[in-house]
Formats: sequence, structure tokens, C-alpha cells
Amino acid sequence: MKLSISIAKTHLLSRPKQTLVAMLGVTFGIGMFIAMVSLMTGLNNFTEELTMTSSPDIHIYNDIAEGRPTLLSVVYPDALQVVHHQKPKQETLKVRHALQLATLLRNDTRVSGVAPTLSSQVFYNYGPVQLNGMIAGVDILEEDKLFNLRAKMKAGRIEDLKAHAEGIIMGIGLARKLQVHHGDRVVITTPQGYTMTLKIVGIFQMGIGTVDNIRSYANISTVQTILQQDPSYITDINVKLKDLHQAKQLAPEFQRLSGYKAEDWETANATFLTGSIIRNILTYSVSFTLLVVAGFGIYNILNMTIHNKMKDIAILKAMGFAGKDVKQIFMIQSLVIGFVGSLAGLLIGYTLSLIISKVPFNGGDFIALDHLPVNFNPRYYFIGIVFGVATTAVAGYLPSRKASKLDPIEILRG
Amino acid sequence: MDHVLRTHKITKYFYDPEKFQVLKEIDLVVNKGEFLSLVGKSGCGKSTLLYVLSTMDTDYEGELEISGQRLTGKNQNALARFRNEHIGFVFQFHYLLPEFTALQNVMIPAQKLGRYTRSEIEERAYEKLKMLGMHEHALKPSAKLSGGQQQRVAIARGIINDPDIIMGDEPTGNLDSYNTGLVFEIFQELTHTYHQTIIAVTHDEAFAHKSDRIVEMSDGRIVHPGGVLLPKMQT
Repeated sequence: MKLSISIAKTHLLSRPKQTLVAMLGVTFGIGMFIAMVSLMTGLNNFTEELTMTSSPDIHIYNDIAEGRPTLLSVVYPDALQVVHHQKPKQETLKVRHALQLATLLRNDTRVSGVAPTLSSQVFYNYGPVQLNGMIAGVDILEEDKLFNLRAKMKAGRIEDLKAHAEGIIMGIGLARKLQVHHGDRVVITTPQGYTMTLKIVGIFQMGIGTVDNIRSYANISTVQTILQQDPSYITDINVKLKDLHQAKQLAPEFQRLSGYKAEDWETANATFLTGSIIRNILTYSVSFTLLVVAGFGIYNILNMTIHNKMKDIAILKAMGFAGKDVKQIFMIQSLVIGFVGSLAGLLIGYTLSLIISKVPFNGGDFIALDHLPVNFNPRYYFIGIVFGVATTAVAGYLPSRKASKLDPIEILRG
Repeated sequence: MDHVLRTHKITKYFYDPEKFQVLKEIDLVVNKGEFLSLVGKSGCGKSTLLYVLSTMDTDYEGELEISGQRLTGKNQNALARFRNEHIGFVFQFHYLLPEFTALQNVMIPAQKLGRYTRSEIEERAYEKLKMLGMHEHALKPSAKLSGGQQQRVAIARGIINDPDIIMGDEPTGNLDSYNTGLVFEIFQELTHTYHQTIIAVTHDEAFAHKSDRIVEMSDGRIVHPGGVLLPKMQT
């Protein structure tokens, strides 16, 4: 083994240019893999985080659009019936016994937080113009537990909402459109025509335009008042789980328990997650292609080396090197190329990722982003080196085996 | 006197381009310390016989025995190990590994065998090179040596493991007369002083005539077994 290593080393060092070219192939492949995977997973994590900030793990609400069986089909389940343009009946969005349900859910060991809310469409009056938006009535401290609102406050504190019965915390995009600031007053109107003046006690930024541009938070009682509803009127229950990956399993259970629609975050954000999957597929397929190309390079160079070294191989075999010893010599060469090349690739990948992470990037109004998100998870560096060494091992195996099978007599006899 | 190598009815065919019997029931006994030349016209099968004797060619019928071990039917790995320990090679083209120094070339078979430590091997390699007058060139890359020098290094490499037999395929075929003389002297010294057994295939009549025993082949048979030192036939 030691002898094989020393022979392999001599072979590699005696043709530094060829060795370097072979290594560069791997280096480039791995470097690009690291850079791409860092950026892609960085983006994925970023979007996932955004998704998490804007949607609860499980959202329980009264889904009026939920298919309602006709009376006929209940009475005559086998009968043929034709109903055109079925419409929902006048129904409130209210979740009945919401507060009791919230208490019940809070006692579930798998749940870490429950926030009953009610939300309504409102118009924000801006001079003669009315801006369309949403107002959510929340217990702000509960809401903070679920969405970490505190960290997203740009002005004011969330406790200020508790202190002001007629306060409102507004999304930054909305505040900008209305040209209002912390401490200003804003007039809102419900679709039913109820008007109220609220004081802005805080401004938040979630980082997503669709939230920041339309949503604001107020106390539950405030929203109940503007909707002219009783104090038990709650339209949504947001649930945070201890393990958010359980959401998909638990949602149906909560749906049965509550009797209302329970939607998990994965279903609610299917488009975001599909994007992640596609990005992952893209990253791995491009990296794989690069590595295959590098693998062909190594295969070629090793094949050439072995062709040039036929005489040496023959004499080594005559002197008592078995086929496996010869194979070892060339496998060591390809593994060294793979390992050193991959290490250099990791370094280059890291440098590229570092550069990418410093590049200014304007996410525009839609996403609050000033530079590209890059993931420096060591896991991908580990995958990179395993990937690189494995590719070179495969690429090196075929020529090495050929060398081990070489018949020395044919060469020695000339 | 003990025999080192013995064959029994070795027969070999070539199949390409058509079936052709290249060796016909070769019986050969080589004794210890014998300097044997294998001669014959081109195509008589002498090189083919040498490669069968060298254990590298296993595609034959009959039996081969070296140093009391029956080698017919052993697997390639066992044969490689056997060659490493018991057989030294000297070829027409010197076949040194060009990236290594003369000393490293000599050391490789010993490192493969692993009987001695590295420093012992280095010492022994120096010793062999000195014996062949090459110790001054020990640290030169082998590609930088002249043909005669390379062949001497190759001989040093062939004897580093104190083999039972040295096999040479036209060991002087590519050398000028001066170096041919030199190599011959080395062989003679090895046999006479160290009782080294040598089997050399050669075209060189002068070389052959100076060796101890000439085995002449023709059409795949031994037509003249030599026999200056041939003992009583041991079947």
C-alpha cells in the first residue's frame, strides 16, 4: 500500500500540468455546486421563513365555500339530481365557541401557541381616496408568540396596542401609501359602512409586499366593534405547533375536532414550496452535469496515463505486482485528484458564496431584501466533497481496471 | 547438484490467426548456479518458453516447477508474489520506471516484498548498485542514464530480492559491444561468485558460447539440450 502510494505520488508529480488540469475539472464542478446550492438553499430558506411569518402552521376558519350537500342528495343518496348555480346561504364567518376551542388546543402537548383572531376587509381613507386592505383583530401578545411580531416592528412597541383600545399597528407599505407616521390618526371604513378613527401606535414590516401593503393589527374588541359583532365573534384560529412538519398530519385531526376547515401551511403555500423543489432539482442536475463532465476529463486523462505507462505496468507486473496492486496505484491517483480537486472546489465555492452574499440586491416592494440570501450550511460542503470523490472514483475505476487486466507479455515481447 | 527449475511436457498453442503448436512437450531441468543460454531461430518458441518459465504466461499444458514449488495452476496473485520473491527479470529494453531514480527503481521490488525495512532496503540497493559499478549514479533519474547504465540498474533491480533465477529476454540485444561485454561479465560473476542461476534468451552467438550451457530450440522443441552441467536425467 505504501509503495503504491509512493508510485502514485511520483506519477502525479511527474506530470504536474496534466494532474492540475484533471483537478481543475473537479474543482470547477464542486465549486459551482457549492455556490449554486448555497444560493438556492439560501433562497429556499428565505422564502420558507417568509412563508412562516405570513401563515400560521395551522389555520382554522369557517370556509363558506366548502361544498354543501343538497338536501335532495341527503334524502335520496342514489337519486339523479341536477342543481344549477348552487349558492351559499347567508352565513357568518364566525367560528363558534372559538375561545373554548382555543383553550382546548392550548392544552394539546403538540401545540405551542394559539391565537384567535378576526379579520375583516376595510377601506383606509386617504383624503378622498379609499385604499383597500385588511384589519386583523388580535391579542397582540398571542400573535407575537406565533409570528414573532416584536422583531418586525419598525416603530412603536407591540405593548402599546394593549394600552390603546383604539390603536392600530400598520404594515409599512400601507403606512407609506397613506403617508402616515407613528402617532398619526387614520380613518377606516368597513364594507358595511361603519367608520372609525384609529391611532397608529406601531408600524411593522414582514418583508412581504402582499402583507405589508394591506394588513394592520388592532385589538379584538376594536374589530368586533367596527364589524358591529358581539364579543364572541372570532373568524380565525391560528395555531403554532412545536414541530411545524407535523402540520400536514395534524390539520385533519383539528378539522374533525373543531368542525371547521383546518389548513396546514404546506397546503396554503404550495406555490412557494413547489418553487423550492424546482430550484433544488435545478441545482442538483446542473451540479451533476458539471461533475459528469469533470468525471469524463479524469477518465480521459487516466486512460491516457495508462496508455503511456503500459511498459511500466508490464514491468511492475513482471516484478511481482498483482493486478490489484496496479489497480491500487491508479485508483490512488484518481482519488487524490478527486480529493484535492474537491477541497479546492469547496474553497472556491465558499469564496463565490461569500461574494454572492455581499452583492446588493433590491427585492423591490414585494420582498424586503437588500442582498442575496446565501446558506453556509456545512452539510453542503460535506455533500460536495463526497460527490467529488465519488465521481472521480467511478471515473478512475474503469481505466484502473483496464490497467490491472493488462497482459505484460504482449508489451514485454514488443 | 540441485535443480532450480524443472518442466514436464510443456506444450503451448497459439490460436491467432490459426491454431499453431508453438511449444512441443518441452522437458527442461535447470540446475542451481547454471548460466543457461536459450538460443534458436526467430519463431522457434524460445521467448515463448521463457515467458512460460517466468510464470507470466499461464496458458500452457504440462507442468512447471521452480524451487520445488509446483506453479502450474496457481492463481495470478500467487504467481505475482512468487515472481516478486523468486524471479528477477532483465529485458532487452531496460524498462526502468522513468520518473524514479536509479536507486528507487532498484528498491521497488524489495519494497513490494517487504522483507526488510526501508533503510535496510536502501542499503541493499546501494550494495547491488555498487556491485554493478552504478552507485555513483544512484540518485540520478533513470531516464538520464545511458543504455548500458540503465541495463546495469535493471540487473541490480533483478537481483535485489536474491532471486532463485534471473530470466533475461535478449538482455544484451539493445546494447553496443562494450556494454554487451560488461553485462556478460556481470552475469558471469553472478553465477560464478554468487551461484546465481541465469536463463537468458539470446540471438547473440558470442554471448551464448561464453555461457555455461546452451539450449538450442527449433520448431518448438529442444533440439540440443546442452548439458555441460546436465545431471543424470531425472525425468
